[in-house]
Amino acid sequence: MKFTIQINEGPYTHQASDTAYNFAKAALEAGHEIYRVFFYHDGVNNATRLTTPPQDDRNVINRWSELSAAHNLDLVVCVAAAQRRGIADADEARRNGKNADNIAPGFRISGLGQLIEGGIQSDRLVVFGD
Amino acid sequence: MLHTVNKSPFQKNTFESCIKHAAKGSAVLLIEDGVYAALKDSTVSSKLQQAMGDITFYALEPDVNARGLKGKVMDGINLVDYAGFVDLTVKFDRVQSWL
Repeated sequence: MKFTIQINEGPYTHQASDTAYNFAKAALEAGHEIYRVFFYHDGVNNATRLTTPPQDDRNVINRWSELSAAHNLDLVVCVAAAQRRGIADADEARRNGKNADNIAPGFRISGLGQLIEGGIQSDRLVVFGD
Repeated sequence: MLHTVNKSPFQKNTFESCIKHAAKGSAVLLIEDGVYAALKDSTVSSKLQQAMGDITFYALEPDVNARGLKGKVMDGINLVDYAGFVDLTVKFDRVQSWL
């Protein structure tokens, strides 16, 4: 079965990103396909590669990047939510006149249409958030 | 339909809204702080018990255990792991997250 997962909460805020990650992992282990993971609202903060959590804590951002690399996951960050919160890839940084980008490996910035398309293309849309 | 509730019933009213809206034959999965609704003898336990006839209740076991609630969960609530969570989303055709 195909899943799209939506995450509305930032990392280390409460538990939504952790739950979504554990859900995604379990779905992949059961042989399901994750069509897309869409990061919306404060969820876009899961996409910055500049976080440095303590070494004995989980690295929420790297975990997503690694899962994406292992399973070719499409991690999509909402562009409008990202602009508000200072999440930028090289193109967005250039377009908005910023001197740096911070997007983590495996993530890409795109529009809300990607969420709608994910919902249409998938059998299930599961939302995690605050 | 599968409903998920992720906030404590003592913090937000999403649990009560959820069980008021959930149709007969649907399921409610308590996750994160939502698992506090599964406690025995709380101020919301009678509401959950009344809804049990029409709705099947589940709680995410890792979240129950993380909060030290093992053994304090009401009878009739089914405990599932993440694989069980995935299975529930497959079994029911839609998932409504009460956030």
